[in-house]
Amino acid sequence: MIDIVVIPLLKIVIVLVAVLAGVAYLVLLERKVIAWVQVRLGPMRVGPHGILQPIADGLKLFLKEDITPARADRWVYTAAPIISLVPALIVFAVIPFGRDVSLFGTTVPLHIADINVGLLYIVSVASIGVYGLILAGYSSNSKYPLLSSLRASAQLISYEVAVTMTLVSMILMAGTLSMVGIVESQREAGLWFVFAQPVAFAIYMIGGLAETNRAPFDLPEAEQELVGGFHTEYSGMRFAFFFLAEYANMIVISAVAVTLFLGGWLRPFPGVDALAFLDVVPVWMWFLLKIFVFLLVFLWIRATLPRYRYDQLMRLGWKVLIPLAIANVVVTGILKVVL
Amino acid sequence: MVPITPAHYLVLSASLFVIGVIGVLVRRNVIVILMSIELMLNAVNINLVAFAREWQHVVGQVFAVFVIVVAAAEAAVGLGIILAFYRNKETVNIDEMNLMKW
Amino acid sequence: MGEAIAFYSLAAFILGFAVLVITARNTVHSVLFLVVNFLFVAALYVMLHAEFMAVIQVFVYAGGIVVLYLFVVMLVNLKRPPEVHADPRRRGRLGLVVSGLLLAQLVAIAAYSTTQAAAGPASRALAPSPPVSGNVEQVGWLLYTHYLVPFEVASMLLLVAMIGAIILAKREL
Repeated sequence: MIDIVVIPLLKIVIVLVAVLAGVAYLVLLERKVIAWVQVRLGPMRVGPHGILQPIADGLKLFLKEDITPARADRWVYTAAPIISLVPALIVFAVIPFGRDVSLFGTTVPLHIADINVGLLYIVSVASIGVYGLILAGYSSNSKYPLLSSLRASAQLISYEVAVTMTLVSMILMAGTLSMVGIVESQREAGLWFVFAQPVAFAIYMIGGLAETNRAPFDLPEAEQELVGGFHTEYSGMRFAFFFLAEYANMIVISAVAVTLFLGGWLRPFPGVDALAFLDVVPVWMWFLLKIFVFLLVFLWIRATLPRYRYDQLMRLGWKVLIPLAIANVVVTGILKVVL
Repeated sequence: MVPITPAHYLVLSASLFVIGVIGVLVRRNVIVILMSIELMLNAVNINLVAFAREWQHVVGQVFAVFVIVVAAAEAAVGLGIILAFYRNKETVNIDEMNLMKW
Repeated sequence: MGEAIAFYSLAAFILGFAVLVITARNTVHSVLFLVVNFLFVAALYVMLHAEFMAVIQVFVYAGGIVVLYLFVVMLVNLKRPPEVHADPRRRGRLGLVVSGLLLAQLVAIAAYSTTQAAAGPASRALAPSPPVSGNVEQVGWLLYTHYLVPFEVASMLLLVAMIGAIILAKREL
C-alpha cells in the first residue's frame, strides 16, 4: 500500500513543487544572465540581489485583472493555457533522477514511473503541447494571435520531426525505449552517448531551441514582431500559465537531453575507475548540475544570437535538420550492425 | 460483476463505428464527415487491439499500426482536396460540392 | 473489478465524446472533442496492455492528424455557418434509420458469435509468436520479419500521400 500509493504521490508532489519553483527562479536567472551579458545588473531591488523577484512577479500576475476578449471562444480560451502547461509538467513522470535509494525500509526508485515506452511517451506528450498554441491563437479572435499561433505551431511540428529522428538514433544506440534503460545502457557502455552521437546531439539542441520557441527561433512570440504572439490577449494568471509552460518546456528539453545524451545521473566517465572519487557527489546532484549547465546554455544563446526570420527558420528545419537527422539514423543503424 | 470479455469490446467498437456512420450520413460539413471516418477507423482499431489481447498475439496490434498509417495518408489527401475545393468554390458544405451534377 | 470500472468509464467517455464530435455546431469544438476521444482510446489501449499502440495513437492520431484537421478548419473558417441552408434533396432521417439498421446488424453478429464456442484463431493463418518479450519489441519483430513487405508498401503509401497533399494544397501548380 505504502509503496503503490503513498511513495509515488510523494514523489509527484516533490517533482511538481521543484519544477514550479525551478521555473520561477529560472525566469530570474534568465533576467540576471542576460543582464550580465549586457554589462548591467538585472533585478536588484526586490530582496538581496533580486532574489525575491519571482515572488513579486507571481503576486503581480495573480492579482492582475483577468480579461477575456469580447467575442473569444470562452471555453477554448480558458483551456488553451492549461493545454499548454500540463504536457510540460507530466513529462517529468518518466525522467529518472538517480539510482535507487532506500528510504522507510524499502528501495525507492528515483523516478515516478518507468514505462517501457518512456521516450515515445515524452514525444507524444510534447506533440499534445502544440494544441495550446493553436487554440490560444484561434480563440483570441484577433489577427495577431491567429497569425502568430499558425506560425508557431508550424514551426513546432516541423522541428518535432527532426527531434524525433534524433531520438530514434538514441533508441538505436540504447536498444530500449525506457528512460531508465537508456541511462543503464550508458552506464554499461561506460560513456555518455553525446560522445558517440555528436550530430544527433547538435540536431537535438537546435531542435529543442525551436521546440520551446526560444531565441533564436522565437519569432512567434517576439515583442518586436507580432505584438506578443499567441499570448497577446492573455493577462493575469492565464498569461502566467503560458509563461510557466514555456520555461517548464525548457527544463523538459534539458532534462531529456541530459538523460539521453549526458548519461542522466551518471558521473563523467562512468567506466573509468580512476575517477571513482567523483562518486562522493550524490547522483541527483549530478543530474541537476547537468540540467543547470544546459539551461545556462539556453540563456546564453538567447543573449547572444539574433532572431531567425520565419522562412529561414522553416528552411533550416526542413532542408537541413531533417535530412541530417535521417542520415544520422541510417549511419547509426549501419554502424550498429557492422561494429 | 461480469468480467470484461471481448464481447464488451465488440459492443464498444460497434457503437463507435455506428456513431461514425451517423456522422458521415447526417452531417453536411465535409470536415466533420472526414472526422467521422476517423472515428470508424478508431473503432476498428479498438477491435483489433482487443482481440490481440484475447489471443495473446501481437499481430492484431501490427494490423492496427497499418490502419493508423492508412488513416494518416487518407486524412492528408482528403484535407488537401478540401482545401483545393474551398479555394475554388468557397464552401465546405458537401451538398454544394456537386460540380458534376446535371 | 478495477478493470470493469476502468472499462465502463472509458467506454462511456469514448462514446460520449464521439457523439459530441458529430453533434457539435462549431467545427473547432468538434475537432477538440475528437482529440479528447482519441486520448481516451489511447487510455483504453494502455488498459489492454498495448502500450506501443497507445503512444502511437497519441503521437500520430491526436498529435498529428487532428492538428492537420485543426489547421484546415482554421483556414476555411467561414463567415456563415456551413449548415444554414438545408438542401431539400437531403434526407437526414434516412441516414439515422440506416445507421440504426447497421447497429442492429452488428449487435446481432456480436451476440451470435458469443454464443458459439470460443475457438482460437486458425493457427496456420497466424504469424509465429515473436521470440522477444516486451510489447514494442514484439511489434517490431513482426513488422521487420513477417510483415516487411506491407511495412515498405506503407512507407511508399505515406510518401505518395505526402506528395499528393502538397500538390493538392498548393496555390499555383
